[in-house]
Amino acid sequence: MSQEPLIIAFCCHYCAFTAADLAGTMRQQYPTNTRIVRLPCTGKVDANMLLQAFVDGADGVMVAGCEEGSCHFIQGNLRAIKRVTYAKDLLAETGINPERLEMYHIAASQGPLFAKTSKEFVEKIAGLIEEDKMSLKEETPETSGEKT
Amino acid sequence: MIVAEQKPLDEVYEFAKKYKKVLIMGCGTCVTVCMAGGEKEVGIVANQLRLKAKENGDDFVVDEHTITRQCDKEFFDEETARKIKAADAVVSMACGVGVQYSAEVFPDMLVYPGLNTKFFGTNVEQGVWAERCAGCGECVVGDFGGVCPISRCSKSIMNGPCGGSSDGTCEINPDVDCAWQLIYDRMDKLGKLDELEKNQPIKDWSTARDGGPRTVKRDDVKL
Repeated sequence: MSQEPLIIAFCCHYCAFTAADLAGTMRQQYPTNTRIVRLPCTGKVDANMLLQAFVDGADGVMVAGCEEGSCHFIQGNLRAIKRVTYAKDLLAETGINPERLEMYHIAASQGPLFAKTSKEFVEKIAGLIEEDKMSLKEETPETSGEKT
Repeated sequence: MIVAEQKPLDEVYEFAKKYKKVLIMGCGTCVTVCMAGGEKEVGIVANQLRLKAKENGDDFVVDEHTITRQCDKEFFDEETARKIKAADAVVSMACGVGVQYSAEVFPDMLVYPGLNTKFFGTNVEQGVWAERCAGCGECVVGDFGGVCPISRCSKSIMNGPCGGSSDGTCEINPDVDCAWQLIYDRMDKLGKLDELEKNQPIKDWSTARDGGPRTVKRDDVKL
């Protein structure tokens, strides 16, 4: 598969990152488009960190933390949900589809779920990019038509 | 502290896109505390502008800088001056005071406000700020058990409550506490209810905004 789309995955050390490691150990296949950034907890995520990923060229960003109620730091993952929701609003203001950013909950034992989620997210972002390209193509002749 | 909110991105973008290089300048005091215009928020707005410019195919450079206070000349240091002079325009993420003062310090620079300044207030809980002072110029809080009837009563009445007080809330909005209910409860708790019997005289509003722009002068500290 091509390196487009480029996905940045902010993963919690205690769950999703371990799950990604487990996916590898279990020989689970998932697209190589995903670049993992390990965080001590998804509570480390702030809105600008997510925006920065897009500024630096990411097509999609996923934040993967512990399941609700099982955060190593009690409620870091719940704080992350709020920040991701806020960052989605910030993205929408800039004209970027907020669906390019998603939060997932993946436990350390769920290697196959990490592989599946990554694959689905890459496919979803690839689909969104395709949709954007199509809408651009549709808009161009219409606009030129209006002018003439 | 002075409480402010960010302007809608579109409004800032419409200004920023007219220039080649825009400096987003944050303020490290009140607006940092109320999470509207500090270093973090400057980073967010700058990144939003960069993303929007990329989406819209506009070409301008966004720089970021935050100083301790935009309402004091001493904080406009050499680095700040260099960054401001290198930009074509500045979006100040300070309160209205900081925006104006930045423009005063750099009279040749276009300065645009990135925030809407709201009020003097406090952080009543995480993520919630509420008005506590109207800057009327003659503080009367001492007569009302520490609750200000000017800033917290919708009508700013000095001899309340009015007929719009219902179940401890104000008629303008059930989410707004009736200041006079708060005053009554507080004075009751302090055992000073009798003091509320006193008729408050008509307030001299000339010390407030009604008297025009105000200045405070102190010869003992002037150089």
